[in-house]
Amino acid sequence: MARSLKLRGGLVLLCLLLSFISLAPTFWGGSLPGWWARSFDPIHLGLDLQGGMHLVLGVDVDKAVESRLDSTLDQVESLLAEKDVIFKRAERLPGERLAVTVYDEDSGKAVDALMQENFPTLEAMTLSQEGGYIQKNYRLSDQEIVNIRDYAIRQALETLRNRVDQFGVSEPTLQMQSDDRILIQLPGIQDPDRAIALLGKTARLEFKMVAEDANPEDAVNGMLPPGTQLLYERDVNRQTGEVRETPLVVYEKTALTGDLLADAQVRIDTRFNEPYVGIDFNPVGAKRFDQITAANVGKRMAIVLDDTVYSAPVIRERISGGSAQISGAFNEQEATDLAIVLRAGSLPAPVKILENRTVGPSLGRDSINQGIVSVVVGGLLVVLGMAIYYRLSGLVANIVLVLNVFFILALLSLFKATLTLPGIAGIVLTIGMAVDANVLIFERIREELRLGKTVRNAIDAGYAKAFLTIIDANVTTLIAALVLFQFGTGPVKGFAVTLSVGIVSSLFTAIFVSRLIFDLFLGNRHIKRMSI
Amino acid sequence: MELIKPNINIDFVGRRKMAICFSLLLILVGLASLIFKGGPSYGIDFAGGTLVQIKFTEATDAAAIREALGGVDLGSFAVQRFGEEGDEFLIRAQNTSAELEGLSHAMTAALEGKYGAGSVEVRRAEMVGPQVGKDLREKGLMAVLYAMIGILVYVSWRFEFRYAVGAVIALLHDVVITLGAFSLFNMEIDLPVIAAFLAIIGYSLNDTIIVYDRIRENLGKHSKEGLASVINHSINETLSRTILTSGTTLLVVAALFIFGGGVIHTFAFALLVGIVIGTYSSIFVASPLLLFWENRKGGQGAGKIATAGGKA
Repeated sequence: MARSLKLRGGLVLLCLLLSFISLAPTFWGGSLPGWWARSFDPIHLGLDLQGGMHLVLGVDVDKAVESRLDSTLDQVESLLAEKDVIFKRAERLPGERLAVTVYDEDSGKAVDALMQENFPTLEAMTLSQEGGYIQKNYRLSDQEIVNIRDYAIRQALETLRNRVDQFGVSEPTLQMQSDDRILIQLPGIQDPDRAIALLGKTARLEFKMVAEDANPEDAVNGMLPPGTQLLYERDVNRQTGEVRETPLVVYEKTALTGDLLADAQVRIDTRFNEPYVGIDFNPVGAKRFDQITAANVGKRMAIVLDDTVYSAPVIRERISGGSAQISGAFNEQEATDLAIVLRAGSLPAPVKILENRTVGPSLGRDSINQGIVSVVVGGLLVVLGMAIYYRLSGLVANIVLVLNVFFILALLSLFKATLTLPGIAGIVLTIGMAVDANVLIFERIREELRLGKTVRNAIDAGYAKAFLTIIDANVTTLIAALVLFQFGTGPVKGFAVTLSVGIVSSLFTAIFVSRLIFDLFLGNRHIKRMSI
Repeated sequence: MELIKPNINIDFVGRRKMAICFSLLLILVGLASLIFKGGPSYGIDFAGGTLVQIKFTEATDAAAIREALGGVDLGSFAVQRFGEEGDEFLIRAQNTSAELEGLSHAMTAALEGKYGAGSVEVRRAEMVGPQVGKDLREKGLMAVLYAMIGILVYVSWRFEFRYAVGAVIALLHDVVITLGAFSLFNMEIDLPVIAAFLAIIGYSLNDTIIVYDRIRENLGKHSKEGLASVINHSINETLSRTILTSGTTLLVVAALFIFGGGVIHTFAFALLVGIVIGTYSSIFVASPLLLFWENRKGGQGAGKIATAGGKA
């Protein structure tokens, strides 16, 4: 008996010590030695308690498939031209299809051969005849579509992570939530507007030649020469803040894209004291930029970001250095953010904000205070009730209750779980329910005492008989909590975590630790009456 | 101290008809309210929409805020007081503009125009798109369903299938009544409320199992007494514990309801109702259901439950 007492006591002391070590940084973070604070993080507060932003972005993965088909189409067209295959037209059709229309059987065969050789991911479909022409259809295989989507969301996640990293938020969370959704949490963020602007931008940078002979006025009215498109140039008047949009006709074919960038930096134009973004191309981009500028001296090149023209300067001379500048009407903040998104790369597909929850720091502080008040008031009421009802034994129950809360906090800190407002509610609820195990045991002991058993025997029997009941009753609550954990996000998950941790910890304290206290107290003494 | 005398013997089982009537009444009132109001009212988590919580430097009222916001393009919107002070309000719009930030700016500007610059603080801004709302609704429903299935399996394994059926019917009873109470008191169901529902399920079951456990034990000891008498015995023997535990739990949940603040007010309300109903149901619904099951089978089952009890 004495040996088992020592073992059990040792175990409880060990738990206490471990809890103390892991919780110390939460309460006295500043005054601890560095190694201590470094190895045990303080309890992590959820966004609802510390303030911050919770975003769910939907990635338009279908757009990624479309743009893959578009670029394949470009390659097919130039390949056919290169091999002198005569075709009427090549186009992208709904249903992830490409179609090449040819005049005769022979060209059809040539197209088939070329496609099979160069684009093995495209499956040939049944050909359809219309008005004497032959339309050959090719479809992306299902596997390939899955791959493209998968790649798009992964790349989007990577790009967003780059942007967030440069934005400078401490401990951001970015994770894939489903096939096309990305969850982003930015704790303690000061400027939510800026975050939205930064994260929501596709940031597709393109250089396109201006179609000088097309009339923008006609284009606005719907008369667009083939192979061109209508874009608008954005211009902000510094004095009035008024935004003016000027129509501009450019060639559809992109001369150069932002993929070939090596770096982007904000610089200040000393003449006008205006910020601009200086970009440097990588070797491939620099070479192509050199060729394009050489071939188009005297013409205008539009710098297009997400289908908005930022500027369309005239190419005065061949530019070989591999650098260019984007000037537009932006302030320094906008220029900085533009440089960030350009450095981080473009998103493979547009994103849309599906969910946005922003909590200000003052509400979070209020929630913490109210949560603490609830825990303290609720806890005191329970402690008082137990002490009155069970006297000394109630005191034992109260000691283990306090230990229980201590252990719960320690476990949360060890698991690096996040404490949310519903999580605090979970602790409050646990306090109420944790005494249940002791109530069950004490009621049993009372019954046994009434049957005339000695104190020691009554305690033995009480614990033994109540044990299975307590386990059964708690496992079911645990099932509910685990289901909740699976289903929940954010605050609700926090509730599931504290509830589950609370159940496990209260089983330990209410059964194991309280028994230890009784045994220590009884020792070898012979006690006639029990205060219960 | 003892609240319940050890030899107490209240005839709970004999009053089961009354209990059934009472339960049916609660359920019907709740259902009537649900039908009358066209289903439960969902918060933006499930319905989608935009919610902005604004704190003013001084107390004001909903009508004045409505007036100030007249010029902002919000679509249809509702203004609701938040907390007791009268200086904090929730503005909820059905619109789910992706430009949530733009929206809260426009609101702040309009309100500052009326109340003066710096007198308005946006404390919380939430936007949930319709698709996300629908997904969360489905997931919430599935969570409640899965929890019930999991519990059914566990209780069947530890006790016997008929106990599990009794327990789950009692749980449904609790959830339906709580849902009715939400409708009756015009409270909105949001994400934390689903968490509260699951906690209620867990709690109510906890209670039910403790009574069941005693029934199983007593059936082994006094198998000649007949099921009704054993059930009654068991409820009485555990009554002291039931009242004490429900009492302490209610104390803490009441503390949460009163001091926990507006953000988890509905959550605490759900727990408050759920725990009262859960306690009631484990005494008056779950246990008599066992009897009902037996009577239907011609009263030959008491001994069978006893052997099943010995096994577990």
